[in-house]
Amino acid sequence: MILGRLLRTATFRLTLAYLGVFGISALALLAFVYESAVGFMERQTRETIAAEITGLEEQFRQRGIRGLTEVIRRRAEAARDRASLYLLIDADGRWIAGNLDRWPQGEENEDGTIRFTFERRGRDGEVLRREALARRFLVAGRWRLLVGRDVSDRIGVQHMLANAIMLGGGLILVIGVLGGFALSRWTLARLEGINRATERIMAGDLSRRIRTEGSDDEFDELARNLNAMLDRIEELVRAMREVTDNVAHDLRTPLTRLHARIELALMGELDVGKAREVLEEAMRDIEGLIATFDALLAIARAESGTLEAELEPVDLAAVAADVAELYEPLAEERAIRLVQSLESPACVSGHRQLLAQAVANLVDNAVKYTPEGGRVELRVRRGPPPVVEVVDNGPGIPPDQRERARKRFVRLDPDRSTPGNGLGLSLVEAVAHLHGAELELDDAAPGLIARIRFPARAAAPVPAAPEPAAG
Amino acid sequence: MRVLVIEDDREAASYMAKGLREAGHVVDVAHDGRDGLLMAQTGDYDVLVVDRLLPGLDGLALVQTLRATGNTTPVLFLSALGQVDDRVKGLRAGGDDYLVKPYAFAELLARLEVLARRRMAPAAEARETVLRYADLEMDLLTRKVTRAGRTIELQPREFKLLEVLMRHAEQVMTRTMLLEKVWDYRFDPQTNVIDVHISRLRQKIDRGFEVPLIQTIRGAGYSLRDPRKTSPHGDL
Repeated sequence: MILGRLLRTATFRLTLAYLGVFGISALALLAFVYESAVGFMERQTRETIAAEITGLEEQFRQRGIRGLTEVIRRRAEAARDRASLYLLIDADGRWIAGNLDRWPQGEENEDGTIRFTFERRGRDGEVLRREALARRFLVAGRWRLLVGRDVSDRIGVQHMLANAIMLGGGLILVIGVLGGFALSRWTLARLEGINRATERIMAGDLSRRIRTEGSDDEFDELARNLNAMLDRIEELVRAMREVTDNVAHDLRTPLTRLHARIELALMGELDVGKAREVLEEAMRDIEGLIATFDALLAIARAESGTLEAELEPVDLAAVAADVAELYEPLAEERAIRLVQSLESPACVSGHRQLLAQAVANLVDNAVKYTPEGGRVELRVRRGPPPVVEVVDNGPGIPPDQRERARKRFVRLDPDRSTPGNGLGLSLVEAVAHLHGAELELDDAAPGLIARIRFPARAAAPVPAAPEPAAG
Repeated sequence: MRVLVIEDDREAASYMAKGLREAGHVVDVAHDGRDGLLMAQTGDYDVLVVDRLLPGLDGLALVQTLRATGNTTPVLFLSALGQVDDRVKGLRAGGDDYLVKPYAFAELLARLEVLARRRMAPAAEARETVLRYADLEMDLLTRKVTRAGRTIELQPREFKLLEVLMRHAEQVMTRTMLLEKVWDYRFDPQTNVIDVHISRLRQKIDRGFEVPLIQTIRGAGYSLRDPRKTSPHGDL
């Protein structure tokens, strides 16, 4: 089972293919080495024999048969244990000189050499069967001469070489196959870990992560990337769950109130005037509910970060100017000076509607909470990092309350005398996060600075002329 | 006007039909996409209300089919899907307006009347360079506004606001519609800033004149209307 899987792994197949290519080239190399070595030794033997013959011929020509006999005797003496072989016999086949006992029989090869075996006594007196290569001549028409070489040692070397090559080849094959197995098992084990973890996660265990080995290789990189992806997914799922919980909780309260109001009205006597009054109150409750619902949806949408496809270059200064212009009459009505100090263009890649809504919420808050005769300043700095600030000189938010102010439905105003649903800053924060930006609340001494700080890299090219509002 | 409502929620459809009839309109209702398409193609309607999600034939497909056959009756999509790209998809499929549920009936009525009116007076308004209503006159080229011959100075945004009101004279413009058409904003500011803009415009247009032209329509929005003329829905 496991073997079958191993054999099917990409790594094993790759190892096998590599082994094939490597094995063939190694074999070719070894075969070449063997052939050259054997050929070289063979050639050397023949050349040695040829050189001996040349020498003997010289002796014979100068000193006749007697000289030849003497030289052979001397050489045979000197070469007792060496590889050179000599034998001189007369016409009747009688031994005259040399280190061989018998004239060997055998077919002559095409090049005039013969191969034969002979026996010789070793140092310890044992009989050794030796192999030899030799040439035979007729000397002066009567004597016969044999000059040869003992090639047993050479053949031994050849066999050794062949054995070594076979053994080496075999070893390469075995090591390759074992290595392939080991490598496949290792990659399989790494992938197996990733696969098992993925299965668990798919089965619902979203908090599970893939283990990295610390080897910093591509498997670790894969694991890290998958883990980063899982973190993102988990975060999204968690945010989604939180939103659902919040929506359920935050809509249930006003729904209960509405339910009670109608129930109570139905319990008593209802004349037309009273019924109308109850219905109008219920209607207002429902309108409030819808507004809350819309705000929650907008926050959820911004938080889930699914708007990335709709991002376009947006000039923050233009957005701020439009919002300022929208709120200017309201500010004037409350005798608040709405000041703009805008660096234009200050472009980020963003969602125009949401950014406008976020800036509008900040300005709305500032105008709402700044006492009459106050001052609200809308600032845009190009950066980097690009920044939008709404600064008022109202009461501000004490430092220990600033975190709470961002929470959903939290209204710091204890008697809730100003209109609103407590979702304004939550939406601003969600929109900021969608753009990779942060919402910061600071002290303007006196007053509040609400700042959306975009990441430095958010700066984008100047957008094309904004599309005109539909007539 | 003649309205065809294509909405599978029977209760919602019947409320809508009742409301529209009370406003003086003729209403037919279809409860699924196929019936709706058939009625839209054979009947002569001024405007269609189409739910995005319908049994039988999806709202988007319905409008695409209708447009492919050359029918140009204005369509208002109703949808519970309120994402920006849902809206874009609806408009691309051939819809003329998009309203997200839950909506106020006054909003629906105002938008339907604008769509129906556009159909009755097609394109002429787009080529107009001078808009006139009662004794009010607006020159779009010189950007000059006069009332009874008296020049009125307006800020650019006030000019745009008045232009929208004049183009839709005697129709109800809700606050949301004004935000869309004048500011190109598709969100509700927390405070009703539109009211303040209108009261500012009123100061310039109506102050010192005997007849006020900018009317507040309770529970709905605003309308440029000469009160000496007939009732709001009488001419539709």
